[in-house]
Amino acid sequence: MKRSLKLSLVLVASLLVLGITSCKKKLKDADIQSAIEKVLTADADMKGTMVTVKDGVVTLSGVCKDEACKTKCEEAVKKIEGVSSIVNNCTVAPPEVVVPPVADALGQAIADAVKDFPSVKTQLTDGVLTLTGEIEKASLQKLMMGLNALKSMGLKKIESNGLTRK
Amino acid sequence: MALQDKYKELIDAATAAPVVNLQVREQDGVLYIDGESSGAVKQQLWDMYGKLDPDYAAGDLMLNINSVAGISEGAKLKVTTNKTNLNIRSGPGTDNSIVGKAARHEVVTLVRKENDQWWWIKTDDGEEGYSFTQYLTPVE
Repeated sequence: MKRSLKLSLVLVASLLVLGITSCKKKLKDADIQSAIEKVLTADADMKGTMVTVKDGVVTLSGVCKDEACKTKCEEAVKKIEGVSSIVNNCTVAPPEVVVPPVADALGQAIADAVKDFPSVKTQLTDGVLTLTGEIEKASLQKLMMGLNALKSMGLKKIESNGLTRK
Repeated sequence: MALQDKYKELIDAATAAPVVNLQVREQDGVLYIDGESSGAVKQQLWDMYGKLDPDYAAGDLMLNINSVAGISEGAKLKVTTNKTNLNIRSGPGTDNSIVGKAARHEVVTLVRKENDQWWWIKTDDGEEGYSFTQYLTPVE
Protein backbone atom coordinates (compact mmCIF):
# COMPACT_ATOMS: atom_id res chain seq x y z
CA MET A 1 0.00 0.00 0.00
CA LYS A 2 2.69 2.40 1.10
CA ARG A 3 4.74 1.43 -1.84
CA SER A 4 1.98 1.95 -4.31
CA LEU A 5 1.25 5.39 -2.82
CA LYS A 6 4.89 6.32 -3.24
CA LEU A 7 4.76 5.08 -6.79
CA SER A 8 1.68 7.06 -7.63
CA LEU A 9 3.21 10.16 -6.06
CA VAL A 10 6.22 9.76 -8.27
CA LEU A 11 3.94 9.28 -11.22
CA VAL A 12 1.95 12.40 -10.41
CA ALA A 13 5.12 14.36 -9.87
CA SER A 14 6.65 13.26 -13.11
CA LEU A 15 3.43 14.00 -14.94
CA LEU A 16 3.43 17.46 -13.42
CA VAL A 17 7.01 18.04 -14.43
CA LEU A 18 6.29 16.83 -17.94
CA GLY A 19 3.21 18.96 -18.14
CA ILE A 20 5.06 22.04 -16.94
CA THR A 21 7.97 21.57 -19.30
CA SER A 22 5.76 20.99 -22.31
CA CYS A 23 3.71 24.01 -21.35
CA LYS A 24 6.85 26.06 -20.86
CA LYS A 25 8.15 24.98 -24.27
CA LYS A 26 4.96 26.06 -26.02
CA LEU A 27 5.12 29.48 -24.44
CA LYS A 28 8.70 29.78 -25.38
CA ASP A 29 8.02 29.18 -29.10
CA ALA A 30 5.42 31.89 -29.02
CA ASP A 31 7.82 34.18 -27.21
CA ILE A 32 10.56 33.49 -29.72
CA GLN A 33 8.17 34.13 -32.55
CA SER A 34 7.07 37.48 -31.20
CA ALA A 35 10.69 38.46 -30.48
CA ILE A 36 11.60 37.62 -34.08
CA GLU A 37 8.61 39.41 -35.49
CA LYS A 38 9.52 42.49 -33.49
CA VAL A 39 13.00 42.53 -35.00
CA LEU A 40 11.80 41.84 -38.55
CA THR A 41 8.99 44.36 -38.65
CA ALA A 42 11.32 47.08 -37.37
CA ASP A 43 13.37 46.81 -40.59
CA ALA A 44 11.88 47.90 -43.89
CA ASP A 45 13.86 45.27 -45.82
CA MET A 46 12.74 42.36 -43.66
CA LYS A 47 9.18 43.47 -42.97
CA GLY A 48 7.57 41.03 -45.39
CA THR A 49 9.20 37.92 -43.95
CA MET A 50 6.92 35.37 -42.30
CA VAL A 51 7.98 33.34 -39.27
CA THR A 52 6.93 30.11 -37.64
CA VAL A 53 8.64 28.57 -34.61
CA LYS A 54 8.41 24.98 -33.46
CA ASP A 55 10.56 23.64 -30.64
CA GLY A 56 13.03 26.46 -31.16
CA VAL A 57 13.36 25.73 -34.87
CA VAL A 58 12.55 28.86 -36.82
CA THR A 59 11.19 28.67 -40.33
CA LEU A 60 11.39 31.83 -42.40
CA SER A 61 9.31 32.27 -45.51
CA GLY A 62 8.18 35.01 -47.85
CA VAL A 63 9.83 36.96 -50.63
CA CYS A 64 13.07 38.88 -50.09
CA LYS A 65 14.11 41.58 -52.51
CA ASP A 66 17.58 40.08 -52.95
CA GLU A 67 20.04 37.45 -51.66
CA ALA A 68 21.64 39.93 -49.24
CA CYS A 69 18.30 40.62 -47.65
CA LYS A 70 17.67 36.90 -47.24
CA THR A 71 21.00 36.51 -45.41
CA LYS A 72 20.29 39.60 -43.34
CA CYS A 73 17.03 38.06 -42.10
CA GLU A 74 18.80 34.88 -41.13
CA GLU A 75 21.61 36.70 -39.29
CA ALA A 76 19.14 38.84 -37.39
CA VAL A 77 17.07 35.83 -36.32
CA LYS A 78 20.13 33.82 -35.29
CA LYS A 79 20.93 36.38 -32.58
CA ILE A 80 17.57 36.01 -30.89
CA GLU A 81 17.57 33.99 -27.69
CA GLY A 82 15.98 30.57 -27.81
CA VAL A 83 16.49 30.02 -31.52
CA SER A 84 18.10 26.64 -31.99
CA SER A 85 18.20 26.51 -35.75
CA ILE A 86 16.80 28.27 -38.81
CA VAL A 87 15.17 26.94 -41.91
CA ASN A 88 15.35 29.77 -44.42
CA ASN A 89 12.67 29.18 -47.02
CA CYS A 90 12.65 32.78 -48.22
CA THR A 91 12.65 33.18 -51.96
CA VAL A 92 14.42 35.99 -53.75
CA ALA A 93 12.28 38.21 -55.95
CA PRO A 94 13.34 38.29 -59.61
CA PRO A 95 15.24 41.49 -60.35
CA GLU A 96 12.99 44.33 -61.38
CA VAL A 97 13.24 44.89 -65.09
CA VAL A 98 13.68 48.58 -65.68
CA VAL A 99 12.02 49.40 -68.96
CA PRO A 100 12.14 52.98 -70.15
CA PRO A 101 8.76 52.92 -71.91
CA VAL A 102 8.79 56.62 -72.72
CA ALA A 103 12.09 56.43 -74.58
CA ASP A 104 10.92 53.36 -76.49
CA ALA A 105 7.61 54.94 -77.39
CA LEU A 106 9.42 58.07 -78.52
CA GLY A 107 11.90 56.05 -80.57
CA GLN A 108 9.04 54.25 -82.29
CA ALA A 109 7.15 57.49 -82.86
CA ILE A 110 10.24 59.03 -84.47
CA ALA A 111 10.60 55.98 -86.71
CA ASP A 112 6.94 56.38 -87.69
CA ALA A 113 7.33 60.08 -88.44
CA VAL A 114 10.36 59.66 -90.72
CA LYS A 115 9.20 56.43 -92.35
CA ASP A 116 8.10 58.19 -95.52
CA PHE A 117 11.43 60.01 -95.80
CA PRO A 118 13.84 57.10 -96.10
CA SER A 119 16.86 59.26 -96.91
CA VAL A 120 16.59 60.95 -93.49
CA LYS A 121 18.68 59.38 -90.73
CA THR A 122 17.87 59.86 -87.06
CA GLN A 123 19.80 59.62 -83.82
CA LEU A 124 18.10 60.16 -80.46
CA THR A 125 20.26 61.01 -77.43
CA ASP A 126 18.82 62.24 -74.12
CA GLY A 127 15.73 63.64 -75.77
CA VAL A 128 17.70 65.45 -78.49
CA LEU A 129 17.07 64.24 -82.00
CA THR A 130 19.81 64.69 -84.58
CA LEU A 131 18.80 64.53 -88.23
CA THR A 132 21.25 63.72 -90.99
CA GLY A 133 20.97 62.53 -94.57
CA GLU A 134 18.88 64.48 -97.03
CA ILE A 135 15.34 65.59 -97.72
CA GLU A 136 13.47 67.41 -100.46
CA LYS A 137 12.64 70.96 -99.47
CA ALA A 138 9.00 70.35 -100.32
CA SER A 139 8.79 67.60 -97.71
CA LEU A 140 10.71 69.40 -95.00
CA GLN A 141 7.72 71.09 -93.40
CA LYS A 142 5.72 67.88 -93.20
CA LEU A 143 8.66 66.08 -91.59
CA MET A 144 9.25 68.86 -89.07
CA MET A 145 5.54 69.11 -88.18
CA GLY A 146 5.47 65.41 -87.40
CA LEU A 147 8.63 65.56 -85.32
CA ASN A 148 7.72 68.74 -83.43
CA ALA A 149 4.48 67.09 -82.30
CA LEU A 150 6.59 64.49 -80.49
CA LYS A 151 7.45 67.11 -77.90
CA SER A 152 4.40 65.73 -76.07
CA MET A 153 6.24 62.40 -75.88
CA GLY A 154 9.41 63.86 -74.40
CA LEU A 155 11.35 65.13 -77.41
CA LYS A 156 13.31 68.22 -76.32
CA LYS A 157 15.21 69.47 -79.33
CA ILE A 158 15.81 68.77 -83.00
CA GLU A 159 19.28 69.34 -84.45
CA SER A 160 19.07 69.41 -88.23
CA ASN A 161 22.30 71.15 -89.26
CA GLY A 162 23.56 67.90 -90.73
CA LEU A 163 20.44 67.41 -92.85
CA THR A 164 20.87 68.36 -96.50
CA ARG A 165 17.89 70.17 -98.04
CA LYS A 166 17.64 69.44 -101.76
CA MET B 1 14.33 86.30 -74.03
CA ALA B 2 16.23 86.59 -77.31
CA LEU B 3 14.28 83.67 -78.76
CA GLN B 4 10.97 85.25 -77.86
CA ASP B 5 12.13 88.30 -79.83
CA LYS B 6 13.19 86.19 -82.81
CA TYR B 7 9.82 84.45 -82.91
CA LYS B 8 7.76 87.42 -81.70
CA GLU B 9 5.68 87.52 -84.89
CA LEU B 10 4.84 83.83 -84.46
CA ILE B 11 3.93 84.18 -80.79
CA ASP B 12 1.72 87.18 -81.59
CA ALA B 13 0.01 85.28 -84.40
CA ALA B 14 -0.60 82.28 -82.13
CA THR B 15 -2.06 84.54 -79.47
CA ALA B 16 -4.36 86.22 -81.99
CA ALA B 17 -5.32 83.07 -83.94
CA PRO B 18 -6.46 81.94 -81.33
CA VAL B 19 -4.51 78.94 -80.17
CA VAL B 20 -6.19 77.23 -77.23
CA ASN B 21 -4.09 76.40 -74.14
CA LEU B 22 -1.20 78.37 -75.61
CA GLN B 23 2.03 77.97 -73.68
CA VAL B 24 5.27 79.74 -74.51
CA ARG B 25 8.34 78.68 -72.54
CA GLU B 26 12.06 79.02 -73.04
CA GLN B 27 14.46 76.43 -71.64
CA ASP B 28 18.07 75.47 -72.38
CA GLY B 29 18.22 77.51 -75.57
CA VAL B 30 14.97 76.16 -76.99
CA LEU B 31 11.67 77.99 -77.24
CA TYR B 32 8.65 75.75 -76.69
CA ILE B 33 5.31 76.81 -78.11
CA ASP B 34 2.46 74.43 -77.34
CA GLY B 35 -1.24 74.65 -77.96
CA GLU B 36 -4.25 73.46 -79.90
CA SER B 37 -5.74 74.99 -83.02
CA SER B 38 -7.46 74.22 -86.29
CA GLY B 39 -5.45 72.71 -89.12
CA ALA B 40 -5.54 76.02 -91.01
CA VAL B 41 -4.05 77.96 -88.11
CA LYS B 42 -1.39 75.32 -87.64
CA GLN B 43 -0.45 75.61 -91.31
CA GLN B 44 -0.30 79.40 -91.06
CA LEU B 45 1.98 79.23 -87.99
CA TRP B 46 4.25 76.70 -89.66
CA ASP B 47 4.60 78.85 -92.77
CA MET B 48 5.54 81.75 -90.51
CA TYR B 49 8.06 79.56 -88.66
CA GLY B 50 9.68 78.67 -92.00
CA LYS B 51 9.99 82.34 -92.82
CA LEU B 52 11.55 83.35 -89.48
CA ASP B 53 13.89 80.36 -89.46
CA PRO B 54 14.51 79.30 -93.07
CA ASP B 55 14.57 75.50 -93.45
CA TYR B 56 13.80 75.09 -89.73
CA ALA B 57 17.55 74.74 -89.30
CA ALA B 58 18.34 76.61 -86.08
CA GLY B 59 16.92 73.95 -83.76
CA ASP B 60 15.82 76.61 -81.28
CA LEU B 61 12.05 76.20 -81.56
CA MET B 62 9.71 73.29 -80.88
CA LEU B 63 6.37 74.26 -82.38
CA ASN B 64 3.89 71.75 -81.01
CA ILE B 65 0.53 72.86 -82.33
CA ASN B 66 -2.00 70.08 -82.03
CA SER B 67 -4.66 70.41 -84.68
CA VAL B 68 -6.16 67.01 -83.95
CA ALA B 69 -7.06 67.41 -80.25
CA GLY B 70 -10.47 68.89 -80.96
CA ILE B 71 -11.53 66.25 -83.49
CA SER B 72 -14.15 63.91 -82.08
CA GLU B 73 -15.10 60.35 -82.93
CA GLY B 74 -17.27 60.02 -86.00
CA ALA B 75 -15.56 62.96 -87.71
CA LYS B 76 -14.85 62.76 -91.44
CA LEU B 77 -11.18 62.88 -92.40
CA LYS B 78 -9.54 63.40 -95.74
CA VAL B 79 -6.46 61.40 -96.64
CA THR B 80 -3.76 64.00 -97.29
CA THR B 81 -0.74 61.97 -98.25
CA ASN B 82 1.75 63.52 -100.66
CA LYS B 83 1.33 61.05 -103.50
CA THR B 84 0.74 57.56 -102.17
CA ASN B 85 -2.13 55.71 -100.58
CA LEU B 86 -2.47 55.74 -96.80
CA ASN B 87 -1.64 52.53 -95.00
CA ILE B 88 -4.16 51.09 -92.57
CA ARG B 89 -2.40 48.96 -89.96
CA SER B 90 -3.25 46.31 -87.39
CA GLY B 91 -1.70 48.32 -84.56
CA PRO B 92 -0.52 51.84 -83.66
CA GLY B 93 2.98 51.90 -85.18
CA THR B 94 4.68 51.29 -88.49
CA ASP B 95 6.00 48.00 -87.09
CA ASN B 96 2.46 46.63 -87.37
CA SER B 97 1.26 44.89 -90.49
CA ILE B 98 -0.70 46.67 -93.21
CA VAL B 99 -4.30 45.49 -93.29
CA GLY B 100 -5.68 47.94 -95.82
CA LYS B 101 -5.19 51.12 -97.82
CA ALA B 102 -7.05 54.38 -98.19
CA ALA B 103 -6.61 56.28 -101.44
CA ARG B 104 -5.20 59.78 -101.54
CA HIS B 105 -8.02 62.33 -100.99
CA GLU B 106 -10.45 59.60 -99.96
CA VAL B 107 -12.70 60.57 -97.04
CA VAL B 108 -12.65 58.20 -94.05
CA THR B 109 -14.28 58.18 -90.61
CA LEU B 110 -12.55 58.52 -87.26
CA VAL B 111 -13.61 55.65 -85.02
CA ARG B 112 -11.30 56.02 -82.04
CA LYS B 113 -8.12 57.87 -81.06
CA GLU B 114 -5.23 55.73 -79.80
CA ASN B 115 -3.00 58.79 -79.32
CA ASP B 116 -2.16 61.96 -81.23
CA GLN B 117 -0.16 59.97 -83.78
CA TRP B 118 -2.44 57.00 -84.42
CA TRP B 119 -6.17 56.83 -84.98
CA TRP B 120 -8.49 53.93 -85.68
CA ILE B 121 -10.28 54.79 -88.89
CA LYS B 122 -12.85 53.17 -91.15
CA THR B 123 -13.20 53.58 -94.89
CA ASP B 124 -16.53 53.63 -96.71
CA ASP B 125 -15.61 50.19 -98.06
CA GLY B 126 -15.49 48.91 -94.48
CA GLU B 127 -11.72 48.65 -94.17
CA GLU B 128 -10.65 49.40 -90.60
CA GLY B 129 -7.45 49.88 -88.68
CA TYR B 130 -4.84 52.32 -87.42
CA SER B 131 -3.56 55.17 -89.56
CA PHE B 132 -0.99 57.89 -88.99
CA THR B 133 -2.72 61.18 -88.13
CA GLN B 134 -0.11 63.22 -89.98
CA TYR B 135 -1.85 62.22 -93.21
CA LEU B 136 -5.40 62.78 -92.03
CA THR B 137 -7.01 66.21 -92.29
CA PRO B 138 -10.45 66.91 -90.86
CA VAL B 139 -13.04 67.83 -93.47
CA GLU B 140 -14.02 71.32 -92.38
